[in-house]
Amino acid sequence: MTFAPAINDEDLAHLHRDLVAGASAQNLLDVAYRTVDSPVGSLLLARTPAGLVRVAFDVQDHDAVLTALSQQISPRVLEAPGPLDDVARELDEYFRGRRTTFDLPLDLQLLRGFRRDVVLHLPDIAYGHTASYAQVADLAGSPRAVRAVGTACALNPLPVVLPCHRVVRSDGTPGQYAGGAAAKLTLLDLETRVGVAA
Amino acid sequence: MEPFERVVAQHGATVLRVCRAVVGPVDADDAWSETFLAALRAYPDLPSDANVEAWLVTIAHRKAIDVVRRAARHAVPVADVPDRVLPPQGRDLDLWAAIAALPTKQRQVVAYHHLGGLPYDDVAALVGGTAAAARRAASDGVATLRRTYPTIDQEES
Repeated sequence: MTFAPAINDEDLAHLHRDLVAGASAQNLLDVAYRTVDSPVGSLLLARTPAGLVRVAFDVQDHDAVLTALSQQISPRVLEAPGPLDDVARELDEYFRGRRTTFDLPLDLQLLRGFRRDVVLHLPDIAYGHTASYAQVADLAGSPRAVRAVGTACALNPLPVVLPCHRVVRSDGTPGQYAGGAAAKLTLLDLETRVGVAA
Repeated sequence: MEPFERVVAQHGATVLRVCRAVVGPVDADDAWSETFLAALRAYPDLPSDANVEAWLVTIAHRKAIDVVRRAARHAVPVADVPDRVLPPQGRDLDLWAAIAALPTKQRQVVAYHHLGGLPYDDVAALVGGTAAAARRAASDGVATLRRTYPTIDQEES
């Protein structure tokens, strides 16, 4: 026989909050995460003590992304909204058209080599503008690595914040996007609308 | 390795039942928090084939002992020592009160085996004695609970 007397969800939520506070105080909160709603669907936000380390779209499967973070960074992963308040606020401002650049500490440990070079050059493409994959290859110092730029953008760990959505095909069509083609269009439309109004 | 958040989500309620049974509802929160903080610290080194729930119940056992010792150290002597049990306030608290009234060994064995799902061999390793003795203590404990808390069989999972 086993028996399982009922446990109140509120009691567990309260204990979870205390656990997050204790983990944070003892430097055991290696990865904090939360989700936010946005015009491009639910976004998973994850940070380390160094800064924002991952943004992921719903279509990328948040559970799978958390499992990957657990393997790549540390399994000490807890849902903890507080440490991501600043990120949530800046994203909200961005989606409302009140912010054109992000001012957040970033943890780039998931990026190496050429992918890192590409992604770090993405903010060179100004809000409301686009660049072709070939132009970004130029920016990153490897004009012939056009396909590799496509891969780097597809695997960008910090989409929206590092604007891979501004990289489009040379014929001007949006092209593919980690968050889906519709999400890319939504972001480009937002930036065009706000850019024109400004 | 799974994110620790999933460990809390899957086993948080079980560990809280074990803590409430072993140290009572008042000190259970401290025991739970210390258990999961210690587990979070050690989690990256946990072997991938480990039984996570059994590992947590084992930590909970150690933390429960710490919490009880600390409470005893800080206890203020009073003329009429009350039981470390809250007055019954509703059905579930009655169950915790019924469990709290068991002798220590029976209470631990019922908590670790019936609430925590630990096999008797593992329970015996925690509380001492043989697996057969643990099984007898659990059986005695459950018999008492059936008398003092007759609806216990409706809590079966």
